[in-house]
Amino acid sequence: MIGQILVDGVTSGAMIGLGAIGLTLVYAILRFANFAHGEFASWGAYFTLLIATALAAAFGTGAPIGPLSFGWPVLMALPLGMVLTGGLALALDRVLFRPLRRHGAEIVLVIASFGASLSLRAALEFIFTDRPQYFSHGIAIALPIGLGLRATADQIGLLGAAIVLMGVMHAVMTRTRLGRAMRATSENPDLARLAGIDVAAVVRATWLIGGALAAAAGVFLGITVQIRPDMGFDLLLPLFAAAILGGIGSVPGALLGGLIIGLAEALAVPLVGAQYRAAVSFVILLAVLLVRPRGLFGVGRE
Amino acid sequence: MIGLLGYAAFFLTIALSYAVMCLGLNLQWGFAGLFNVGVAGFVGVGAYAAALITAAPVAGRVGGFGLPIVAGWAGAMVASGLVAAVVGAITLRLRADYLAITTFGAATSLQLVALNAQGLTGGPFGIAFIPRPFGALAPHPLAFGLANLALVAVVTAGAYWLIARLTHGPWGRVLRALREDETAAVALGKPAARYRLQAFVIGCALMGLAGAMQAQFFGFIAPDNYLPTLTFQVWVMLILGGAGNHRGAVAGAVMVWALWAFSGSLFAVLLPPGLEARGAALRIVAIGVVLAVVLLLRPRGLIGERATVSRHLRA
Amino acid sequence: MSAPALQVQDLVAGYEPGLPIVRGASIAVAPAEIVVLLGPNGAGKSTLAKAVAGLVPVSGGEVRLRGMPITALPAHLLPRRGLAFVPQTENVFPGLTVRETLDLAAAILPAAERPAQIAQMLALFPDLAEMPRRRAGALSGGQRQMLAIARALITRPAVLILDEPSAGLSPRLVGLILGKLAEIRAHGVAVLLVEQNVRAALAIADRAYVLVEGRPAHEGPAAALLDDPVVAALYLGGRRAA
Repeated sequence: MIGQILVDGVTSGAMIGLGAIGLTLVYAILRFANFAHGEFASWGAYFTLLIATALAAAFGTGAPIGPLSFGWPVLMALPLGMVLTGGLALALDRVLFRPLRRHGAEIVLVIASFGASLSLRAALEFIFTDRPQYFSHGIAIALPIGLGLRATADQIGLLGAAIVLMGVMHAVMTRTRLGRAMRATSENPDLARLAGIDVAAVVRATWLIGGALAAAAGVFLGITVQIRPDMGFDLLLPLFAAAILGGIGSVPGALLGGLIIGLAEALAVPLVGAQYRAAVSFVILLAVLLVRPRGLFGVGRE
Repeated sequence: MIGLLGYAAFFLTIALSYAVMCLGLNLQWGFAGLFNVGVAGFVGVGAYAAALITAAPVAGRVGGFGLPIVAGWAGAMVASGLVAAVVGAITLRLRADYLAITTFGAATSLQLVALNAQGLTGGPFGIAFIPRPFGALAPHPLAFGLANLALVAVVTAGAYWLIARLTHGPWGRVLRALREDETAAVALGKPAARYRLQAFVIGCALMGLAGAMQAQFFGFIAPDNYLPTLTFQVWVMLILGGAGNHRGAVAGAVMVWALWAFSGSLFAVLLPPGLEARGAALRIVAIGVVLAVVLLLRPRGLIGERATVSRHLRA
Repeated sequence: MSAPALQVQDLVAGYEPGLPIVRGASIAVAPAEIVVLLGPNGAGKSTLAKAVAGLVPVSGGEVRLRGMPITALPAHLLPRRGLAFVPQTENVFPGLTVRETLDLAAAILPAAERPAQIAQMLALFPDLAEMPRRRAGALSGGQRQMLAIARALITRPAVLILDEPSAGLSPRLVGLILGKLAEIRAHGVAVLLVEQNVRAALAIADRAYVLVEGRPAHEGPAAALLDDPVVAALYLGGRRAA
């Protein structure tokens, strides 16, 4: 039993971690809590679903790959969905947040993001209704994978994909010029400018990457559970908790924070019931803010 | 004619209950600079408290004391105030947007409890048969409507008067001073935290009262009444009405409620039947867009906030 | 003086539009020269430095770098033009290592020149060469200051501006840092220094301006100002610098 819980926790933790990366970077660089971030996960899932459906219809292949529940169309659609969502995030910034940044206080940005979140969610509901959708209708069976653990093929596949994405992110952040510029900007935008960094370009890259990663998280969530207009919003509290736990501005922090939140939620389910999963994030969030507000790896700019 | 009057009374009653929420939020934001994104949660606490106190007992669920409505409303304020005190004690000393996230989390968690703790709140079915004020008048819709309107109007006026007295007196002056000058707040240390907590608790108590009024007026409540949409509605009311200004809070509530109700009717008329859910969704999209446009085009200072951060951030 | 590397003319600048802190300041710094900005607190020395570096809004006047106007340029384009600024506080990236900081700063140079420049910075600051993988946040005050200067210097600026580089450092470190500035001057860089530590600054400087209420009220060779009673009155409470 504990084996299944651990696997569940790690898989959902990986999703939360991926989704939290964009949130923590935007928070650090632009200094506002983007309540619309969860919607990137939802829109990412729906974009990918549309593209995958179109691809399957066009090429007639929708059959699942091996033991996985989904087929090539979903796999091909994922990068496209990520790109589109990155574009959505960038567009949202250009149209709403950037103009407000010029002469607004932080709170205006948060209210605007809250409103954007509502509108984006309602738009999905308008287009797709709130009927749950699925990437495939196969039933996933948890199989033993050794060490007393049980996992579905999907979980293993998605965990692998998540690890790949994390690895890529890590490489980008530590070995590329852009990654160093993003880290520097998230710690101190003014100093970054002094060092010759085009902060506006870094901001654009952050929205693109953050949106794309959130989309991946949404697709993973859609594969393992279901696709609903509310799915990203339900993820928002865990995302915030992961970002704050890991330390605002830290990508490794977001990933580790996500993992901890995912595991904590999974471990709490047998205790308090699955319905209260999200409340676990809230409790952890409060605990972090009380004990160590800058989180695990926070580069405090308080 | 009577139908129109009845509708107007109904409309105003609800609008005024929102006005009380706005007054509370205005105290928190307009005067104390506290960013509460969990309004719906505190409204819900008040509503459920009043319902549990005044309704008849039901098997499998706590409460049902059948007490008079006044007790329900008082209990609602106490309950919301207590929850606010706990949340506030933990989070008020943190950054403003951490307060936003934590109040949001609190509201989400409270809504989860309302949805799932069947023994406490009746679960997804909520609580029904909540006694309504002037219940004896129910068979006479116009009289009933007017009586309730009068009651809510009295309560709203009372809340307005109370808040105005508080904010124009010494307590309010300290609060405003704290909000204008962060350094002074830091220098004052502990007393500053106490003032903020008081503002937070009083504001939330008002929200609880409003929730109770709505609960008694409608006669039934369900967890779906207290979603983030409600929080958003109240914030839009405050922004459009003009924060920092009590009259603005009331006017904003009436104005936005009118917009909301009107757009509801409009969509109901325009859309073919069977599409109500999609119509409701589209309505929210429209309201969100309207708010975005207002925020983008508004003259500086409509909200009365000061541009603190982002002076050098020209990204 | 030969054509100035940095020329500031009637600069008006401040954080709030109607409240200028710098009120019509004119200064100049030549290549291979160290110029110090002195003045009481609130005189606008830091603000002037930040305004030149593009961090504070400018509402009047002009700044020229090697003869080219740079007044309206966004801050991040200035290093490419040859102007580098070392702020007083928060002047390193705590989460980046020494090596990463230098890589980051050198990124605006052509790729072929980067290794040589990084090597040169490490040669100039041997202490940093010993700990390339240490995070900047874990460095001591003196080491951090050296990294901050290296970060600015690595782009081979024509003009290097520093805001109170000696702040919070022990006398030995102050001497070390200011000595490095003399070395930097020897390479032809024009150095503009904002300093509260009058004696130490004037010891290595060539010229100095005394700012009062947002503009230079006094100017002269550093040696002369050391003995100047006006400067003494402003700073040293009447006590003459020895």
